Amino acid sequence: MKLPFLPNHDGPSFFDFLIAHHPALTPVGRSGFLQAQGAAEPMRGAGSMSVPHATTVLAIKYQQGVVIAGDRRATEGFQIAERRIEKVFKIDEYSAMAIAGAAGPCIEMAKLFQVELEHYEKLEGVQLSCEGKANKLGQMVKANLPMVFQGLVVMPLYVGYDRKRAEGRIFKYDLAGGRYEESDYHAIGSGGKDARNTMREHFLKGLAEPDALKLALLALYNAADDDVGTGGPDLVRGIYPTAKIVNATGITDVSDQQIRGIYDGLIATRRSKEN
Amino acid sequence: MPMPYYVSPEQMMQDKAEYAKKGIAKGRSIIAIEYVNGILLVAENPSASLYKISEIYDNIAFAGAGKYSEFENLRKAGIRHADLKGFMYSREDVTARSLANGYSQSLGTIFSQELKPLEVEILVVQIGHNGQANEMYRISFDGSIIDERTFAVIGGKSEAIQALLKEKGFTQPPELQAALSLCITALEQIGSQKLSLESLEVAVLDRTRDGRRFRRLTPADTKQLLAT
Repeated sequence: MKLPFLPNHDGPSFFDFLIAHHPALTPVGRSGFLQAQGAAEPMRGAGSMSVPHATTVLAIKYQQGVVIAGDRRATEGFQIAERRIEKVFKIDEYSAMAIAGAAGPCIEMAKLFQVELEHYEKLEGVQLSCEGKANKLGQMVKANLPMVFQGLVVMPLYVGYDRKRAEGRIFKYDLAGGRYEESDYHAIGSGGKDARNTMREHFLKGLAEPDALKLALLALYNAADDDVGTGGPDLVRGIYPTAKIVNATGITDVSDQQIRGIYDGLIATRRSKEN
Repeated sequence: MPMPYYVSPEQMMQDKAEYAKKGIAKGRSIIAIEYVNGILLVAENPSASLYKISEIYDNIAFAGAGKYSEFENLRKAGIRHADLKGFMYSREDVTARSLANGYSQSLGTIFSQELKPLEVEILVVQIGHNGQANEMYRISFDGSIIDERTFAVIGGKSEAIQALLKEKGFTQPPELQAALSLCITALEQIGSQKLSLESLEVAVLDRTRDGRRFRRLTPADTKQLLAT
């Protein structure tokens, strides 16, 4: 039965509810609006389009879970737009996501995904499975496709702790919403390739937590070394990349102090090589 | 052509109200009571999976008595209302008052316009923090809304339990353990039967928690709490 004065909808998805009843709050609705205004002609030959995503975010599996980390820089062309932006988001107790792409839509997708999972949990009384969460995010990326043609790319990297399997999991996506699971580590963004190279050299199965965290920060450091879009540790302002750890006990932020300690050691080692 | 019967509006409303009241009184009671660090909700519920108490938002909980399918529908609409508001504006802009108003409007309209009124009585409670007061709204099948203090009871023999709790005359909110045993005693006394912890649904809105403050207490949790 329909309830007057209250939002009616069938199904437990908040994203689908918004699309059906408040399309202006979703990327799907907005792309229709932009097109109607003639604001942007859909780009032809999307296959060859270059994707702006100045960033490096990465995830590494370790013995008890996953480490996810990202740099803090946002750029506008050749300018640095923001030095302290956060690219790694807590999504719920057992998962996190990092993003590369246009900052506004990226942050909005993270926020929407947080609400989506909480909404499902409250309506159904249980949490979605790790796999279910990853699939739902894929659908949201897919729904953003029209915006991609207008230059607003959102590219997530999703990590979760699968309580049934008792292991951490990493998922990457393509712009069409394709979802691929990575078995060990992955990095995306303009410095993603540099970070992956570092991780390829040093990754081992069943790493301990401190080693995985150290490797993540090293990979970010090397990416910042070679990629202009990625910010390294800013020693003057005291801005460091952020990292989160997801395991059986839930999600925890790695403290700034701890990250700073690791970078101090790393930089000292590098410096000793120069002399 | 047969003549349609004339029924006076008064008679029609009275019939509907009687019908709804009968449905609600058949069920069992739910108590919400303030304790030192928040609000405790206790329901008599033999099912361990079909809930009568639910989380709505960070500081807001819901309880429904009467027909399950009907208050479940209201509960889901409430979660949608809260999540939509929180997404559009900010998490702190989601309030029990606005939700209770929505429920009241909805139930009132259905009561006057539909043939069958909803056989439900619902409770929307919100804990205040940073010195703000708690809020408790009891909403009836006809949309009437009552702003309760200290405690609220819905469903079953709610009036008898209310009278019983009123006798206690609280001056200070009790500790969680005291509040829980008080609720259990009240439910047992009015139902005149012993209740097992498995047949109780217990949840709290706990001010000392961060973020989402709603928490369910399992029978094991309640047993441990009552034992200390």
